[in-house]
Amino acid sequence: MSRIEEYAAVVGDETLAELSLLADKLRGRSVQHINSTAVGGGVAEILARMLPLLRDLGVTAWWDVIKGNERFFAITKKIHNALHGVAEPFGPEDLEYLIEVNRENAKDVLRDADILFIHDPQPIALIEEKPSRRSRWIWRCHIDFTAPRPEIWEFLKRFIESYDAAVFSAPAFSRHLAIPQILISPSIDPLSDKNKELPADVVDSVCARFGLDRGRPIIAQISRFDYLKDPLGVIAAYRMVKERMDCQLVLAGGGATDDPEGMKVLAEVREEAAHDADVHVLFLPPGSDLEINALQRASDVILQKSLREGFGLTVAEALWKAKPVIASAVGGIPLQIAHKHSGILTHSVAGTAYWIKQLLNEKDYAARLGANGRQHILNNFLITRHLRDYLLLFLSLYETKDVVFL
Amino acid sequence: MADPFRFLTRFNLTVLLGRQAKNARELLGGIREVPGSSIYYHTHRFIQQHHYLSPEPPNDFAFWATNALSRDALGEALASVDTVQFHKIEGLRESFVTILESFLLDANGRGGDCQEGEEFHFMSCRTFILPTRHVAKDLREFRTILRNVGVSSLYYHIFEAGLRFDKAGNDFSHWFEAIGEKDLARAVSRLDPYTMTLEGLRTKIIDQVSRHVPD
Repeated sequence: MSRIEEYAAVVGDETLAELSLLADKLRGRSVQHINSTAVGGGVAEILARMLPLLRDLGVTAWWDVIKGNERFFAITKKIHNALHGVAEPFGPEDLEYLIEVNRENAKDVLRDADILFIHDPQPIALIEEKPSRRSRWIWRCHIDFTAPRPEIWEFLKRFIESYDAAVFSAPAFSRHLAIPQILISPSIDPLSDKNKELPADVVDSVCARFGLDRGRPIIAQISRFDYLKDPLGVIAAYRMVKERMDCQLVLAGGGATDDPEGMKVLAEVREEAAHDADVHVLFLPPGSDLEINALQRASDVILQKSLREGFGLTVAEALWKAKPVIASAVGGIPLQIAHKHSGILTHSVAGTAYWIKQLLNEKDYAARLGANGRQHILNNFLITRHLRDYLLLFLSLYETKDVVFL
Repeated sequence: MADPFRFLTRFNLTVLLGRQAKNARELLGGIREVPGSSIYYHTHRFIQQHHYLSPEPPNDFAFWATNALSRDALGEALASVDTVQFHKIEGLRESFVTILESFLLDANGRGGDCQEGEEFHFMSCRTFILPTRHVAKDLREFRTILRNVGVSSLYYHIFEAGLRFDKAGNDFSHWFEAIGEKDLARAVSRLDPYTMTLEGLRTKIIDQVSRHVPD
């Protein structure tokens, strides 16, 4: 695991000195993060990288995972979809069961921490324990909250408003709430296997292993298999491009233990791609970060054609590798891409196909987009900025004024 | 003998106000009612987040009027507000209110809505200010530190210390004045920091200091 000092080579000594200054103000405080999956998905990934760095800075930090069975995760998946605006049949017994599972977990999972940091809806009802504890409570929503179904919003709201603060990833997710709402974008780790610099021979060997031809353009979407990532729309856009230009498509991703729908989506994508040897559908097991890194570096254009998106960290990953990215203007993606400056924002299959052709043909422009994108990620979306925001968030729980002299 | 110059730095935590606007009238309503820290946030966000881009995008209100409402003239008017001349947030707020009132008067109170999903979201910030380890006793030390200090510190002393704490001018010029470098103080005061990147601003101040203290 990377130590905090190693980030100086990327962000500079001064940034690390600033983090130490802030962390010193939190000395003696402890933070417990709680979510519902230890592997797979952006949340687990961020926490796995963030915790050791918080500890390096002197903050006592833990990460624990609630337990749930198949029924529980089927319900939380429906909640996830409903928050994205999808109509899902809910019975009161479903929501009661979610609360019940939270109550069972509360006995084992909650530590005696100064700050309890709860991630996403799955463990949201742990807040019922607030009256019996001295802790400050934060609820962190990583999901696109633009248009939640009213019935699920009403259910969640009664829990959210018991927290001391709520954290969202994009401005459009904020709602009328009686508690402070904070904007904190997630981040990528430039030293992780997924994002670190790779020697060319590693990239070559990964491509060879997956049967990719480095002599022809590669378009890729690296994302877990999920309807909301629109993998079938990606294939449709690729087919429109393929009519005019020779190219290959890579659809690569894994699954998360809290997403039972992934296998069904993967089967549909495989069926759609079955008769085209230039479409490579790669279901990657956990721990495939080096492969993902290599696939992104080998790509000429990277897509993120999501229909909904919490934040879309795969966009930041691609931009960090200075790749031209075409992505949907949903969730946190517009925060990462200024259209035509640091990437391309599209709204349709046809628009995506049009821009793929442009970027494959105009390599100088594509390179400029990639270079600007990398600079934007360096300034705003690396884990060091994320650490700083979390330290400020923790400090804010103990201060009430707009301007605080520490 | 003036005190040494202690470099402070500041960090902002962005607060979502849960209030949005879909047209000029709602933007005006929001600008009238949000806390001063929100006006500050929306007039300074680009400077902090896109400090490598030149020319920098204007304030959030102008950017939104141009890009989401497709009101180029309104956007230009909002972008032209000379932020550097204001020493109080309330004066800055009032100038946006005047421009929007005038626009709505001309448009008979209408102005059209933005597309769904492109609403203006009012935000604000909580600011944390703390001392860095850097202290300059003279101009030579000042220049050495300024070459290396983080952009957040440079930002604080130039933008934040004046406008948010009701002080005319910037912190650097005040200290130059105190150590008897009146010409340098004036030269740095005259810079318009809103029309250059933070790195460009750093270079210009270092150049000015170097005229008074050769390398």
